[in-house]
Amino acid sequence: MSAGGLRLRGLRKSYGGMPVLRGVDLDVAPGEVVCVIGPSGSGKSTLLRCVNHLEVLDGGFVQVDDVLVGYEPREGKLHESTEREVARARLRMGMVFQQFNLFSHLTALRNVTLGPVKVLRRDPAEVEREARALLDRVGLAAHADKLPAQLSGGQQQRVAIARAMAMRPSVMLFDEPTSALDPELVGEVLAVMRGLAAQGMTMVVVTHEIGFARDVADTVVFMDDGVVVESGPAERVLTDPSSARTAAFLAHVRRHPEKETDHAQNQQS
Amino acid sequence: MLDTLDGLDTLEVVRRRRFAARWGVGAVLVAVLGWLVYTVAVSPNLEWTVIGKYFLATPVMEGVGVTLVLTFTTLGVGLVLGAVLALMRQSRNPVAVAAAAGYIWFFRGVPLVVQIVFWFNLALLFPTLGFAPTNEVITPFLAAMLGLGLHEAAYLAEIIRGGFLAVPRGQVDAALTIGMTRAAATRAIVLPQSIRVILPALGNQFILILKGTSLVSVIGGGDLMTRAQQIYGQNYQVIALLLVATGWYLILVTVAGVGQRFLERWAAR
Ligand SMILES: Nc1ncnc2c1ncn2[C@@H]1O[C@H](COP(=O)(O)OP(=O)(O)OP(=O)(O)O)[C@@H](O)[C@H]1O
Ligand SMILES: [Mg+2]
Repeated sequence: MSAGGLRLRGLRKSYGGMPVLRGVDLDVAPGEVVCVIGPSGSGKSTLLRCVNHLEVLDGGFVQVDDVLVGYEPREGKLHESTEREVARARLRMGMVFQQFNLFSHLTALRNVTLGPVKVLRRDPAEVEREARALLDRVGLAAHADKLPAQLSGGQQQRVAIARAMAMRPSVMLFDEPTSALDPELVGEVLAVMRGLAAQGMTMVVVTHEIGFARDVADTVVFMDDGVVVESGPAERVLTDPSSARTAAFLAHVRRHPEKETDHAQNQQS
Repeated sequence: MLDTLDGLDTLEVVRRRRFAARWGVGAVLVAVLGWLVYTVAVSPNLEWTVIGKYFLATPVMEGVGVTLVLTFTTLGVGLVLGAVLALMRQSRNPVAVAAAAGYIWFFRGVPLVVQIVFWFNLALLFPTLGFAPTNEVITPFLAAMLGLGLHEAAYLAEIIRGGFLAVPRGQVDAALTIGMTRAAATRAIVLPQSIRVILPALGNQFILILKGTSLVSVIGGGDLMTRAQQIYGQNYQVIALLLVATGWYLILVTVAGVGQRFLERWAAR
């Protein structure tokens, strides 16, 4: 598989005997944007955390680029990776969290430079130049030296995106990146994500923003109860779902539009 | 009722008497304190010359030195061992968790005096350690250090663990997604942030250790209190020498308080 692709096969995960993922398959082509939608508790966050092995899988395989994550195939056997090897493979996937999770003792700039300097051991001066350019791209050049507590939620989330991008990942994973934001701050974050998509970044986005999914996603995946119920071209799944469960979910979201911010007003910034 | 604000600036303002109660209470307190100091100071049973003679005497100064060495070694042993215990309690290894919990339960539960006397009398349990007689290995100083350090580690472990818990888990997840190992994330993200939470409690603990060292006088540990006892054992100037010790403890605690304030300011940047 060429660079930027992601393949999931039969991902399974239970918590205390309760199955949360019950065999998830998914193929994401290089440059493709996949939006994952589904009711609360359906396992969307767990899926992303299993993809980059923040959680230990009960079963299944994850492949990024041409690398199998979590195992080393050798002599006809699969050897479980060491922590360091998993960390290496994880580098191929950037992740953006609902709660931003910025390092609160470091400035925006240091949040972005920490990985490239400490993990990739790159030249600090060059990394800093790149980090400033990244912060400029997400509209935060003037805020580089502020601590997270001095930034708005939308600004923090944009720093978090820059932090992930600084590692030059093949795939970006987003877990409800705008759900913790005040409505008026959602647009600035979605705009940055649109920019990434337009540049051909491979993205898996868990979101409640149906408008964003319709505009930006190539593929929409509907998850319920730990399985992929339906997946297909965004326009088709959102307007003419083939599963009754998808239709019911979409109808529910439309009846409660407070969960979905109108994408039209979010084109600014 | 007021009809207009015009002309108010021509009126004289009569100020409320804000501090009347404060002055009254203050005066009573000063009077009581003054009377106490006076009666003690002029008491015919108190030999001021004795205090003056012993305050800077060599055995007392040596005692102050031993107290300081004991305090800092206890803090050092306590911090290192406490950090290890805190990490063990956080680990995913149930044996390590149980061992740390057991240690903390035991060493926090047994009175410090009991522990000090126990180490001092270790020879009764193990007459020899390796090739050397136990009594030659376990000097009063070493027994004091063991008792204080092992006891303190149990307290510091809990304080350090509290500091770790104050750092949101999501930041560790974020560190892992940029390719850090768990150990690297602990060093770069958790430790620096927990230090700020730990420092105020640590200052308090430092003072408790400093005063706690006086307990080693029960085994003749050679600290300030031991020396004071030895001197009044010969000249019967009990109160005078207790006041010498009191003066020194207060000086040390005051210096420690100033040091703590500097450390906290440094940690807060
Ligand atoms: N660490 C955990 N321990 C135990 N149960 C968990 C854990 N994480 C998730 N779960 C459970 O797994 C199920 C799926 O959770 P998950 O967070 O993946 O759902 P989600 O689809 O992301 O929901 P939401 O839209 O509310 O974010 C839930 O029932 C949740 O309670
Ligand atoms: Mg979720």
